[in-house]
Amino acid sequence: MTGFSPGRTRLLRGMTGFSPGLTGLLHGMTGFLLRRAAGALVTLLAISVIIYAVFYIAPGDVAQITCGPRCSPAQVAQVSEQLRLDDPVYVRYRDFLQGIFAGRDYSTGTGTEHCAAPCLGLSYQSDQQVTQLILAKLPVTGSLALGAMVMWLILGVGTGVLSAWRRGRVTERVLTAVTLAGTATPVFVIGLLLMIVACGQLNWLPFPQYVPFTDDPQQWAWNLLLPWLSLALIEAAKYARLTRASMLETLADDHVRTFRAYGVGERSIIGKHALRGAFAPVIALSANDFGSMFGGAVLSETLFGLPGMGRELVHAVKVVDLPVVVGMVLVTGFFVVLANAVADVLYAVADRRVVLS
Amino acid sequence: MSEALLAPEAGTGATAPAPASGARQFWRRLRTQRAALVAAVVVALLVLVALAAPLLTAIEGQDPGTYHPDLIDSGRGGVPIGSFGGISAEHWLGVEPQTGRDLFARLVHGARVSLGVAFAATFVQVLIGVGVGIAAGLGNRLVDQVLSRATDVIVAMPLMVLSLALMAIVPSGFPRPVLVALVIGLVAWGSTAKIVRAQTITLKELDYVAAARLSGWSTWRIARRELLPGLAAPVITYAALLIPLNITVEAALSFLGVGVKPPTASWGQMLTSADVWYQAAPQYLLLPAGALFVTVLALTVLGDGIRTALDPRAASRLRIGTGQKREGRA
Repeated sequence: MTGFSPGRTRLLRGMTGFSPGLTGLLHGMTGFLLRRAAGALVTLLAISVIIYAVFYIAPGDVAQITCGPRCSPAQVAQVSEQLRLDDPVYVRYRDFLQGIFAGRDYSTGTGTEHCAAPCLGLSYQSDQQVTQLILAKLPVTGSLALGAMVMWLILGVGTGVLSAWRRGRVTERVLTAVTLAGTATPVFVIGLLLMIVACGQLNWLPFPQYVPFTDDPQQWAWNLLLPWLSLALIEAAKYARLTRASMLETLADDHVRTFRAYGVGERSIIGKHALRGAFAPVIALSANDFGSMFGGAVLSETLFGLPGMGRELVHAVKVVDLPVVVGMVLVTGFFVVLANAVADVLYAVADRRVVLS
Repeated sequence: MSEALLAPEAGTGATAPAPASGARQFWRRLRTQRAALVAAVVVALLVLVALAAPLLTAIEGQDPGTYHPDLIDSGRGGVPIGSFGGISAEHWLGVEPQTGRDLFARLVHGARVSLGVAFAATFVQVLIGVGVGIAAGLGNRLVDQVLSRATDVIVAMPLMVLSLALMAIVPSGFPRPVLVALVIGLVAWGSTAKIVRAQTITLKELDYVAAARLSGWSTWRIARRELLPGLAAPVITYAALLIPLNITVEAALSFLGVGVKPPTASWGQMLTSADVWYQAAPQYLLLPAGALFVTVLALTVLGDGIRTALDPRAASRLRIGTGQKREGRA
């Protein structure tokens, strides 16, 4: 191993498991984290440039749409000037970036309004700050994503373990069929049917309404149960397949054969050793999906009437409120990029065979 | 290096799947999977229905656009008159609440939109994905870096959010189904490009490609003659799994009211207001929901079957999803 710096050797040892202490791993982890963070930042910047280019160069007549169909050309011109639509694109992009990193001031006609650091602009429709708008919607979408993740982990991993344990038997075939059906159903179909049956016909659950967690935790959970379940039923299939596949892979390993030869029981092999093999990929996939939920909850929020980011985006798209659309796309992109980075780190921590690069 | 290797024709036959025997082998493997065969029949029927939609509605004597105000009870908010949502000899599956439009006609015309948009979107995805993937795999370091970074960016974008956002800025005169297909295709080619790039890099190192390069073939000719045959299997597999995903994305966009616009019939759009009418006309909800379910399920099972047939080893080893982000359905 000549040519390796001491740090590099320690990193290698940390990762191959010869030195079980966390120090070696953490040593390599710092560099990995820095590289990952830099990569994420570059991706986000690229996203912002593309989004900005696509949305602020292409559209026809933002001023006309914002002003409304009855506006006179003079009024349209006034709106256009107020929204600074006549400035060159690069000036507007520079101001946009400055708003995100340092904040900026807007003239509101009567005075100036300061928009603090992560400033994503003002809504064309309501003049509200986009950052505030998104922050107000974030808890709803966050609640939805968090609960759904807990549920799909329970449902998906449970199903996966069961079908790995009962592999080749009727149970497995039934579970495979059920999860396949879950994959094939769009969330608005499952959600719609569940809502009609559970809320409309049987009166088991309330028609979902968002109650903030801080107001009443019990009502919060009770109202969100149906959306969580609908999302979880869709996602569970993927986790069941992943869990089962990883477990079967571990079960075919030599060390499991050794355990069997030593007389370790099947229950212990499945519950302890095989499940451990599924841990890393499942955690990593969850982190990914949790990030995508911030953008992906559009459908469930619209269907269940939950006032989250997704529904706000649909509204903004319909009224061509570009700052809100752009802000929303950037924020969801941010969550996805962040989640991907977290997933990579979790994977590396959970499975030390992974080389950090 | 032997003479045989330097001759491109001989080199091709050695490692790349030979088309004739490969296709036969594929059919043999597909035939052994009962579920995939059933799914293939269902898909064929659906395609047939979609193609023959005008003929079918002509046989019924209806069309998807005509309003029948005489068939709905405006006093009760537009509920179809008659039992079971107005099912009759003239209207085989009843009529739509409020408008009285024929449900059978809208359902079969919806199949046209659903399948047409999904196939077209997949075509666009594969076209861009293969182009970018090959270019990144064969190009120099700079080209690869730029294209890979672009792919990362497009993969990082939430599919639903970006398609929704793109819908906002397109002039309303653009034909909507074409627009939906284009938007889905332009937004979701990232994972195809990643797969193609990885496969290209693997293939590039193989002897027969090296031989072609040594005999002075141009990069374009190598890509066309040597790489594309080797890429066919993974690309077909992946495309087959993209189609059902695209069906759900189209339905989702139309469900949200930003996809296919009325009067064009679309299953997703039919579901938008179906929950209000489920007691008076349950089939108004159940028919498009069922159609979506059957179509996506059949295409998914067929896609799985195609994957198993093209790469039996991978399928038995791991039966995981496509790996593409699925938030389109969330």
